[in-house]
This record gives sequence, structure tokens and C-alpha cells, in this order.
Amino acid sequence: MTWPDALDVLGALLLLLGSLLSLVAAIGVLRFPDLLTRMHAATKPQVLGLMLVAAGLTLELRDARVAALLGLVVMAQMVTAPVAGHMLGRASYRAGQVDRDLLVVDDLTGVVERVDEERGAP
Amino acid sequence: MSPYTRTTRRGNVRPTRYRAVQWPMVLWLALLWWVLWGSYSLLSLVGGVVVAVLVCFVLPLPPLRMSVRVRPVAVVVLVARFLGDVVMASLQVAWITVVPPRPLRNAIVRVPLRSESDFVQVVVAELLSLVPGSVVVEAHRASHTLYLHVIDVRDDRDIDRFRERVWAQEQRVVRAFGAELLPEPPAVTPS
Repeated sequence: MTWPDALDVLGALLLLLGSLLSLVAAIGVLRFPDLLTRMHAATKPQVLGLMLVAAGLTLELRDARVAALLGLVVMAQMVTAPVAGHMLGRASYRAGQVDRDLLVVDDLTGVVERVDEERGAP
Repeated sequence: MSPYTRTTRRGNVRPTRYRAVQWPMVLWLALLWWVLWGSYSLLSLVGGVVVAVLVCFVLPLPPLRMSVRVRPVAVVVLVARFLGDVVMASLQVAWITVVPPRPLRNAIVRVPLRSESDFVQVVVAELLSLVPGSVVVEAHRASHTLYLHVIDVRDDRDIDRFRERVWAQEQRVVRAFGAELLPEPPAVTPS
């Protein structure tokens, strides 16, 4: 087996793994009982999934330009995914979309009203 | 608000464009332009710098006041540990998805951070959100407290273990970005 072959196989493997994780994320969104739990499935396995797909593509195409672009994609995802997850989770908690039966502990009860502070930069 | 303000002709008080063009921002935007353009010629780089300076003028941001000192070894440790965490936790959450434990129980955990730095709080929250199994539901800035939704928690021992993990993560961030992690001195306003 030559080097390009080995890289091809490795790249294909990474692509497959990444897609598998994205599939699991989709299943999680379907199966999990409430919004906050679904957030875990929707935002997370797919972070690693995207990283693996990007790495796989880099190995397949072996082009520095593509690699740089994919690096940007992964970076943008890593910066924005937590913000999106946080905003959705926060909004859903404040809107009362929480199934309390599913929680062992809720340290946030009654805190939300007190926790509000002034908006904007200091 | 930025510490410098100006009064417009109509009498409104606005922040000035004090230090609107900051070189790290220009560098970053120019690089971004270069990568997106994809031809890597000198012309596209020059174009990128011009566009970056224009963007900084048209959409100015106040300069960040933070004391960050990057320690390379600690950054490598932080990133390596983070990637390991992401892989482990991804497999864990994937497993929970395919074979959900019955009953599946979660918790919203309050974790007061030890560091006084906004920067550390942001980085810790961001990293925790990227690691599967925890979502930041609420962040309180004045007390540097994070409220996280954690998946698959059975009892108080799990919760304690999770808190320890958050604090260990914070410790690594503090080591990596070695700021003295005290509250920043208030901005000196020109008299």
C-alpha cells in the first residue's frame, strides 16, 4: 500500500465516523424527552462529527487551500455552537420548557429572577 | 461603554472611535479575506488589508482591556485535554442516545468559578459547552457563576464529580492564559 492509498483509507474512515456521529445526533434529537436534553444531542456529537469530516476531507483532497478553508469552518462552528446552545437553553428555561421530573437537582429554581443584571458592556 | 465619549452636534453623547483600527483585528480580518479569496496572491492580501481597515472604521468595536499572558506549554495541555474530553464525552453521549438508560435523569448544577476574570469565565463556558454532556443554561457575570445542564446524572456524587471537572478545567484555562486573574483595575478616564 502506498502513501496516497493509506491517506485515502484513513480519510474515508474519518468521513464515515464523522457522518455516523451526525446520524447519532439526529437520532438523539428524535429520542430525547425534553428540549434541554435534546440540546446535548443537537449541538455536541456533531462538533466532533464535523471535526472528523473536515479532517477526512483534508486527507482526501490534500490541498492546502481546502485545508485552510475547512479549518475556518471548524473554528466558526466551535465559536458559534456554544452560543447557540446557550441561548436556546436559556430561553427554554425561562419560558418554562423544562420537564422537572427529569431533573435530579435544579440549582436554578428561583434564581432566574434574582440573577438578572444590567445588559451591555461595562 | 468605552471610556471616551464625544458630543455630537445634536447634543447626543456617543462613544468616540477611539482606537477603532486595532492591528490584531486588521490582521485577523485580512487573513480571513485571504483564505476566503483562495488565490493567495499579493493583490488579494493588500485588498484584504484595505477591506479590514475599512471594516474597522465603519463598524468600530471598543478595545478589550484584558491582561492575558499566553503560556505555550499550558495551552498545549489545555487543548490536548480538551480534545480528549470531546472524544470521550461524544462517545458517552452517543452511547446514551443509542441505548438510553431508564430512567434518564439530568441536573442543573450551579458552579461558582474561583477566578475573578470575565475572560476566564467566557473561555470556560465556551469549552464546557463544546464538551458533550453539559450546556450552559445561565451565566452570572457579577458573581462569576455558571449554571449548567448536565445529562445522565444519578446522584449527588455525580454532581460533585462534575463540579470538580469544571474547576479542573478552569484551573487549566488559568494556567494557559496566565493572567493574574484579579479584577481589572477600573479604566482611567481622561479629565
